[in-house]
Amino acid sequence: MAVGKEIRTKVKSVQNTQKITRAMEMVAASKMRKAQERMAASRPYARKIRNVIKHLAHAHPEYKHTYLQDREVKRVGYIVVSSDRGLCGGLNANLFRACIGSLKEWDAKGVGIDLCAIGGKASGFFKRVGGNVVAEASHLGDAPAINDLIGTVKVMLDAFDNGEIDRLYVVYNEFVSTMAQDPQIEQLLPIQAETEDDYAHQWDYLYEPEAKEVLTDLLTRFVESLVYQAVVENIACEQSARMVAMKAASDNASDLIDELNLAYNKARQAAITQEISEIVSGAAAV
Amino acid sequence: MAMTMHVDVVSAEEEIFSGPAKMLFAPGVMGDLGILPRHAPLLTRIKPGEVRIVTPDDEEQFYYVSGGMLEIQPEAVTVLADTALRAKDIDEAAALEAKERAEKALADRSGEIDYATTEAELAEALAQLQAIQRLKKKLGR
Repeated sequence: MAVGKEIRTKVKSVQNTQKITRAMEMVAASKMRKAQERMAASRPYARKIRNVIKHLAHAHPEYKHTYLQDREVKRVGYIVVSSDRGLCGGLNANLFRACIGSLKEWDAKGVGIDLCAIGGKASGFFKRVGGNVVAEASHLGDAPAINDLIGTVKVMLDAFDNGEIDRLYVVYNEFVSTMAQDPQIEQLLPIQAETEDDYAHQWDYLYEPEAKEVLTDLLTRFVESLVYQAVVENIACEQSARMVAMKAASDNASDLIDELNLAYNKARQAAITQEISEIVSGAAAV
Repeated sequence: MAMTMHVDVVSAEEEIFSGPAKMLFAPGVMGDLGILPRHAPLLTRIKPGEVRIVTPDDEEQFYYVSGGMLEIQPEAVTVLADTALRAKDIDEAAALEAKERAEKALADRSGEIDYATTEAELAEALAQLQAIQRLKKKLGR
């Protein structure tokens, strides 16, 4: 019977799409778990280094590092962390919207902006819309190494050292839960050290070799670790967003298949009914 | 019991060691350091080399670090290990590379962001997403 051939082909094609989205969902689920572990693994370093910086804020070093000093803002730098690939729902679009909103505020104040794009989507986005991108890193993969980021971060740190930018921000997605990711804009430089007043005595570290060198090293690593943390967290977000998006796509495909099957069965039933009634009326005529 | 201090060895990518120790040896840039509990606060860079930790039950643990930072407090020692070999010229080369990538990508576009168009584009993308959501809801009615 040649009834509803078009419907059958349509069902087949939707089924094929569903196979792909289901596979992507499962791949994203397993990658997400690994990405979350990586995110947790990189936390102790950031926590420890933050601790040391807190100690530094309490100690009263004879030398005040430029990374710790607020200055008048004439130009700002933004490190925008995005995913390399798409098909992850509104993850990148939401991030860019938050980012553009903040850039617009600076622009209104007449403050210049330098951008640093991490991830293929961010560089593609700024390529489309313009913006002064001074550094770029993409195709970091699922397990980025801090090496891949050192150069990119250094461009921004150098710009800060040379007074080309007076503030540095990082924009990334915070991993709230599998279902929720939150675009975040965090200030990297100058470093905002938390200060508590419960330290009664004042003390300072011994520095080897010299305070300036050691502090530069330490603060550079601190900024790098924050950017690394942002990248790793963004990957976890990407995978979970993709998992959710692909799950929705698979569900949609199931619904579509059900509806198409129903339409097909109805058409088949109608054809059979018609045939029988034709035979019956034919027999009655004889 | 002998005096101990808390030792943490962490790298940006993972936690390597965390626990009490009687003594710690580390290769500081100004010379090797042996640290006992109640050392004066000290902050130094360490060279690539071996960090040796003596645990309270007199076992020795070795970790190789490719440089990093060492922070000493009277009761706690933190080794912030680098995962990468760091040298000024290597960092410099990496920075140049990142800049070049950006310049290459930048070659064919202007430096100004057209906020109106950008927002319109983003709004469009989000509207598409919302439409998909609505469609999904309608299908699942």
